[in-house]
Amino acid sequence: MEITTRELWTMIHGMGFGGLYLLACSGALVELFRRYSPNISEPGSETDARFLALYLAAMATLAWLAVLTGAYIVYPWYRADAPAGTASLAAFPQRLLLSSHATSGWHTIGMEWKEHVAWLAPISSTMAAAVCIRYGRGIRHHPRLRTALVCFLLISFLAAGLAGLFGAMLNKNAPVEGGSSIHLVPEAHP
Amino acid sequence: MSKSKTSSPAGFAVLPNGPGAAAILAAGIGSFALGLLAIVADKSAFLKNLFNFYKPTGPLSGVTTSAIFAWLLCWSILEWRWRRKNVPLLRVNTVAFVLLGLSLLLTFPTFADFF
Repeated sequence: MEITTRELWTMIHGMGFGGLYLLACSGALVELFRRYSPNISEPGSETDARFLALYLAAMATLAWLAVLTGAYIVYPWYRADAPAGTASLAAFPQRLLLSSHATSGWHTIGMEWKEHVAWLAPISSTMAAAVCIRYGRGIRHHPRLRTALVCFLLISFLAAGLAGLFGAMLNKNAPVEGGSSIHLVPEAHP
Repeated sequence: MSKSKTSSPAGFAVLPNGPGAAAILAAGIGSFALGLLAIVADKSAFLKNLFNFYKPTGPLSGVTTSAIFAWLLCWSILEWRWRRKNVPLLRVNTVAFVLLGLSLLLTFPTFADFF
């Protein structure tokens, strides 16, 4: 059982940072709604407010790691140009997708959208973390600030979800492969 | 806009909404800048080449770096101007949401092809 370095980085980028971000984002939305619902009269403790701020900061870090590993580690392998006369395009995912009408849309719509829209997630989550760190428990007194945080986090969830969906479909149609092999389980010799 | 630091019913000082509004509006502007730069880099060969900050990543490197720079710059300026003020947050939120919505639309390739 083995995995290549490119496959490993693709997993770290998508299933690691991206997947964890989506999970964390859904948790943050539920927590923000639960904690600041108009029906709740008790103010949260200082510890609760600090926890939420740290949670959002960790979430923003995940979003930055997802977009940076995607743009600067995985994407260059995806968009690499195939040398003239290359018989098999398997190692050049973008070229492979564009070589057929049946798959070109995964690049022209899927990747073209994903590579840009994903960046809305770190921008929105960094803003949300900064506001929660700055205001702490005091955010209770600014209902419009809370509304804005929830709306931006919803859009960041949507953007990360779109990026994740297209990432999975792109990797299904033209996986990023190659690099050195990492043996996960030593081969059994008969 | 008013300079203020009012007290809450619990007795502790309430921060003005200016710093929060600055972060929200800057995030809207940064997101919009990303969508706008993605379109202009796609439509102009000169700009596509100009945004090629890191060759293996191509113009995406310049588009995202420039948008992030614009976002952080706007945030710094707005924070500096609004740090001790209460601003009309409904208006700020509306502008930020419109910019965020436009950024979603501008990054969608089929929409970008209309330009």
